[in-house]
Amino acid sequence: MKALRNYLNRIKPNFEPGGKLHALQSVFEGFETFLYTPNTTSKSGVNIHDSLDSKRIMIIVVLSLMPCLLFGMYNTGYQNWLAAGATEFPFWQLIGYGFLAVLPRITVAYIVGLGIEFAVAQWRHEEIQEGFLVTGILIPLICPIETPLWMLAVATAFSVIFVKEVFGGTGYNVFNVALVTRAFLFFAYPAQMSGDKVFVSSKSILGLGYDLPDGFTGATPLGQIASFSGDKLELLNLRGDAISAWDAFVGLIPGSFGETSTLCILIGAVILLATGIASWRIMLSVVAGGLLMGWIANVFETPTYPASFLSPLDQLLYGGFAFAAVFMATDPVTAARTGTGKYIYGLLVGVMAVLIRTYNNGYPEGAMLAVLLANALAPLIDYCVVQVNVSRRMRRLKERAGA
Amino acid sequence: MRKTINLKKGLNMRLEGQLTDTCPVADVKPEKIAIVPDDYPGFLPKPEVKEGETVIQGAPLMHDKNDPDVKLVSPICGTVESITRGARRKIERIVVKRSNSDSTPTAIDVPKSPTGEDVRKALKVSGLWAMMRRRPYDILPMDSDRPRDIFVTGMDTAPLSIDLYRTVAGKEAEMAKGVEALKSLTKGSVYISVAQGSNMPDIKGAEIVEFNNLHPAGNAGVQIANIAPVNKGDVVWCLDIVTLVKIGELMLTGRVDFTVTVAVTGSEVEHPKIVTTLPGAPLAQLLENDVKEDGRHHRIISGNVLTGTNEGIEGYLRYPYRQVTVIPEGDDTDEFMGWASLSPNKMSESRSFLGRFLGKKFNPDARLNGGRRAMIMSGVYDRYIPMDIEPEYLLKAIIARDIDRMEALGIYEVAPEDFALAEYADPSKLELQRIVREGLDYMRKEA
Repeated sequence: MKALRNYLNRIKPNFEPGGKLHALQSVFEGFETFLYTPNTTSKSGVNIHDSLDSKRIMIIVVLSLMPCLLFGMYNTGYQNWLAAGATEFPFWQLIGYGFLAVLPRITVAYIVGLGIEFAVAQWRHEEIQEGFLVTGILIPLICPIETPLWMLAVATAFSVIFVKEVFGGTGYNVFNVALVTRAFLFFAYPAQMSGDKVFVSSKSILGLGYDLPDGFTGATPLGQIASFSGDKLELLNLRGDAISAWDAFVGLIPGSFGETSTLCILIGAVILLATGIASWRIMLSVVAGGLLMGWIANVFETPTYPASFLSPLDQLLYGGFAFAAVFMATDPVTAARTGTGKYIYGLLVGVMAVLIRTYNNGYPEGAMLAVLLANALAPLIDYCVVQVNVSRRMRRLKERAGA
Repeated sequence: MRKTINLKKGLNMRLEGQLTDTCPVADVKPEKIAIVPDDYPGFLPKPEVKEGETVIQGAPLMHDKNDPDVKLVSPICGTVESITRGARRKIERIVVKRSNSDSTPTAIDVPKSPTGEDVRKALKVSGLWAMMRRRPYDILPMDSDRPRDIFVTGMDTAPLSIDLYRTVAGKEAEMAKGVEALKSLTKGSVYISVAQGSNMPDIKGAEIVEFNNLHPAGNAGVQIANIAPVNKGDVVWCLDIVTLVKIGELMLTGRVDFTVTVAVTGSEVEHPKIVTTLPGAPLAQLLENDVKEDGRHHRIISGNVLTGTNEGIEGYLRYPYRQVTVIPEGDDTDEFMGWASLSPNKMSESRSFLGRFLGKKFNPDARLNGGRRAMIMSGVYDRYIPMDIEPEYLLKAIIARDIDRMEALGIYEVAPEDFALAEYADPSKLELQRIVREGLDYMRKEA
């Protein structure tokens, strides 16, 4: 450790103004502060500071995403094996296949996103901020596994630049960066990004897995619901067997890479809530909103809107609802910031997610749009909550003037 | 029936180096003292002495350009050693060296039953005026103020602080006289806030309010917000109970007892102790042989760890004179990937650190423990500010210099110290106290 510190101290002058590599100063500082807690001490104000910093916050979020990531690898392999009609599911081969499938996507997201972050930080002469650590892992998790890499790169670049950096960087963005990436893909490349093919990995990788036939289709449960007609809803997996609520809870269903397993999302939620990093208010009210709207839809079930056949609980298990509730809606920068505002914001997300997916057959999944909509409304919600405080103060003034 | 207020928001830090019931008590006669006008916000210093001049105890060293009657006085007899000036010849501090001839100062003439005007005059010339503060703006009271109420805080809840009430217990006669004097300055009430269980007897003319012992309950701003909040147009004054006793003594005898009782605490102090000394005493003298010799860099703070200033061993005891804290500086440590640490020794209010659950004491150093960021986490500040305000939005209004919004969100109710705990807990490491101070100064200039 000492040797590393000495090495850093030795190369540091190169990165300072006037040094050979001063164009990389932000990058160097980013790595230095990552390796060693900076020993800058407080100059004014309080003399001691809490040990919590944004690096730790971001890393805890990344940690809480790990179960979803690992399960996503397994599930990607599983779906490929299942679609090919395999009867045996060798664990390590499935994981290995999923790993190889997702690795290029994670790499592309990080290289593009962090590249832009580093460049902007250097341009502004700021420290590199950690926000993209989380975004970079979220993007592959919420995108279908067959998303072409170049699309992923374009979408990531678009949202990092136009959703985050133009607003001032981490902490200033209005919309959730990862979700805008997903929305960009969804709206810019609708032909490639929706439908039945994109959610299942259909090629063998380095000799692992199976090449699926061209005519193969693998619709997600919500995709099946959206195109369903009839009056007895039955969801099928890739082999043609019925999907139970348990399958959906564990996550062995087709869907975006990391958001199928409600179980793993729950593990993540436990980590986030136990450490106090994410807001329990938001999570709770998103779930409440989803159950409420799911119940209303279910009471008025109709074949015109087949998703209304789902029970409120099923609404939470399928699609990206749980993932959105735990990881997307709780992003503190884009969510409501006041205590009361968080309840309202969460309810809005939950209700809108189920409302969109049920009553708009054009969008099989509503969670993404619901969170983006709530992001847009969060400042308004907060404004109203703050205004209550303001008017309480005004009333006090009037009472006093009257007395 | 006394009013009791139980605050829920706040934090009592568990720090090493606390005072104990059996801690030593020392009496330190300072060789010299320093008076720093920056400790008195709103005071524009103009010197009344020259270097080398002899002053007696209680003699004015400077006055306020806004109101030449408001003085800062010398607590000792001696000669003016130096007048340090900073940018634009602003006075930074005046140092007075003790001389051996202790001539008794002349008593200030206070009538038997003083009017409000008499009290004001006596307070200003004795230097006690400068020990009071007013809301809004957290500055010295102005001559034109007719305060709605006056708030006296009889408790100090800051980390490692001294039991403020114990330092004045038994001086009820002086307190009563002080309250009587304050009563002549306001049409409203004089409130005295004390900690629950301090057994404060009733004082004639004062309303006594009991608070639970949870920092920042000892802050005047928090007490005001929970007793009778400041509205736009209101002016209230606040002071601590030690100053109240001094005012009482002044009214009774015409003299000011300058002695102050100070807690010398912190994890890098060998034996935490109580010291009686004079304002502006050199820290080196107060700390003599008591700083641990463990080879670490030390931060010597005049005040508590939240609001105190880093003075160094060459520094002086600064106003408000209650505490000296010594902690490790921490700039000599290299911590590998501190953000990932699982060590139970890391002090934090976050549940992601183990130490929070162990009930142990900590010895934090002065490092920021992270980089400065935009406000990312929400609702953090709110947990540590037991007032009916929306701190995050007030801070944003201040940063935007939006006068109407600041007013609407309650800038008149706050002082920088009320944001100190939030500043400690902030994972974005923003300088909240500085932001609030700048906001208050801006409002005072513009509004």
